[in-house]
Amino acid sequence: MDRPLQPLGAQQHTAPGPSAKHWFGTTHLGQDLLSQVLVGTSSVMYVGLLAGVVATVLAVLIGVSSGYLSGLSAESLSAVSNVFLVIPALLLIIIITSSMPAADSGDTLVALVIGLTSWAWNARVLRAQTLSLRRRDFIEASRATGESTWRIILFELLPNLSAVIVSGFIGTVVYAIMTEITLAFIGVPGISAWNWGTILYWAQSEQALAQGAWWWFVPAGLAIALLGTSLALINFGIDEFVNPRLRNNDGSTRRLRGPDGRPVRMRVGFTPVVFRQSEEPDRTDGSVQDGSVQAGSVQTEDPVQAEDPAKADGPATSEEGNR
Amino acid sequence: MQSLYVLFGLNKHESLLNQYGDYWSQLAHGDLGISFSNFPTPVTTILEQSLPWTIALAGCATIISFTVGTLLGVVAGWRRGSRLDFLLPVTTFVSSIPAFWLGILAVAVILALGWNVPVSEGYDPGVVPGWNLQFIGNAIDHSWLPLCMLVATSVSGWILSMRNMMVTVGSEDYITVAQAKGLSERRVMFGYAARNALLPNVSGLSLALGQIIGSTILVEIVFSYPGVGFEMLQAVGGTDYPLMQGIFLVITLAVLLANLLADIAYLILDPRTRKEG
Repeated sequence: MDRPLQPLGAQQHTAPGPSAKHWFGTTHLGQDLLSQVLVGTSSVMYVGLLAGVVATVLAVLIGVSSGYLSGLSAESLSAVSNVFLVIPALLLIIIITSSMPAADSGDTLVALVIGLTSWAWNARVLRAQTLSLRRRDFIEASRATGESTWRIILFELLPNLSAVIVSGFIGTVVYAIMTEITLAFIGVPGISAWNWGTILYWAQSEQALAQGAWWWFVPAGLAIALLGTSLALINFGIDEFVNPRLRNNDGSTRRLRGPDGRPVRMRVGFTPVVFRQSEEPDRTDGSVQDGSVQAGSVQTEDPVQAEDPAKADGPATSEEGNR
Repeated sequence: MQSLYVLFGLNKHESLLNQYGDYWSQLAHGDLGISFSNFPTPVTTILEQSLPWTIALAGCATIISFTVGTLLGVVAGWRRGSRLDFLLPVTTFVSSIPAFWLGILAVAVILALGWNVPVSEGYDPGVVPGWNLQFIGNAIDHSWLPLCMLVATSVSGWILSMRNMMVTVGSEDYITVAQAKGLSERRVMFGYAARNALLPNVSGLSLALGQIIGSTILVEIVFSYPGVGFEMLQAVGGTDYPLMQGIFLVITLAVLLANLLADIAYLILDPRTRKEG
């Protein structure tokens, strides 16, 4: 830096930073990064949604049928999904996409590869849920009235699984987006369309860091993180919808007061789920434990605990101590 | 040139089934073929050098993030509605960031601040790998940054699932009984609630391993860490199919083995899964 002349022409700012004209700055070739991020979004969303749909359809088909049906076919379906669960999917996808000819690979093919390798987790969750549902009274009743298996699955089982299916779908979309970006970042030859990972790939290979060009990779990374967070938040919402015990009552519980006027402290064991009349139909029959449902060990108690908020203050210890 | 074809076994135009049979018989002898890109080196030698790095990195990351995440989840689930709830959105945001991007950012910050932290390779060029203190210290110096990236991005899943299980377990009768007995809050939290809430997290552990391997590979690429992920990048770049195949096979076997260990741990923790008699 001290020398006045540098052999390679000391260009301090090869990539101009953010300005009014180029909000996110430009690359070393003067390409506008805002438009790169914008164009990349369409590819990211397309791959994410398509892979999510493919994986969800497969998961429902395999998970529900292996849960509801019995015998050899159900066992083998479950075995297949267990095998897919263990395979390190990212490695498999890298190998498949890097052996695809670059000419005929596009977003659709990548989305299909991701979708076909990432259904196993949802299939497992759905299978566990179906196993717990299939001995319930309403299913037994419709079986007794002679409804066909397909009718039972389509009209009795699936509506009860809808929340699980939707949250699985969103989870898969997040996964597929991350995977596509990862593939583009590594520079797998099968990825030809422009997406956020491609931006990061070029930023990495053109030494954006060494030039101090933070605007080259920060917007793309933040976009990934924001999209992932928002999808995850939707999933939390679905989780709380399915499992009312997780509801936080919008923080309003902190202002609840006991009979003596003291603020109620939230305490496990005395969870005052404020029970509004309008929330009652929200209940679903199964209590889903955040995807980690154990096959066959799903309990059937009503997850809603209606407790009087006033009771929350009275510590059980003092009541017991009186005896 | 012709001899190279013969050496790589590309000269024989056999049926797919025959080739597959040959592959199995070679595999039985522990022969995974010769790497295309690092010419005379057999794939097994490359794996021998790189696999310990990956297993150490992924293993430590798994154990640390599982322990830290579960502990935080226990506390966050127990004190629901307290200030600890802010943990959830924050960790969710961090976990949505790809680990490799966080790695790039960390490298950038460290370079900008001029800290003397090694940001690439597994050990200094002058150090000879071996089981001595100097080498291990050097390797830890190089490894803690990638490790932090992995832990930061994978911890939130454990926090969340543990918190949710704690909330669910917290309204069980035996918790009420334990509190009614006048046991200390701490004892109820760890001895009663957390013990029961832990099980789904342990079974989740075996399933998360495949994912952790995935992000380890990427972090290795960012930090030029000498593990299988970095080798994988080279293999993809050089269309080195024998190496890719070998890496995939070995990693899958490693994940299977780890799964077995997690299942055994589950068996020890949950007496209900043991068969009576």
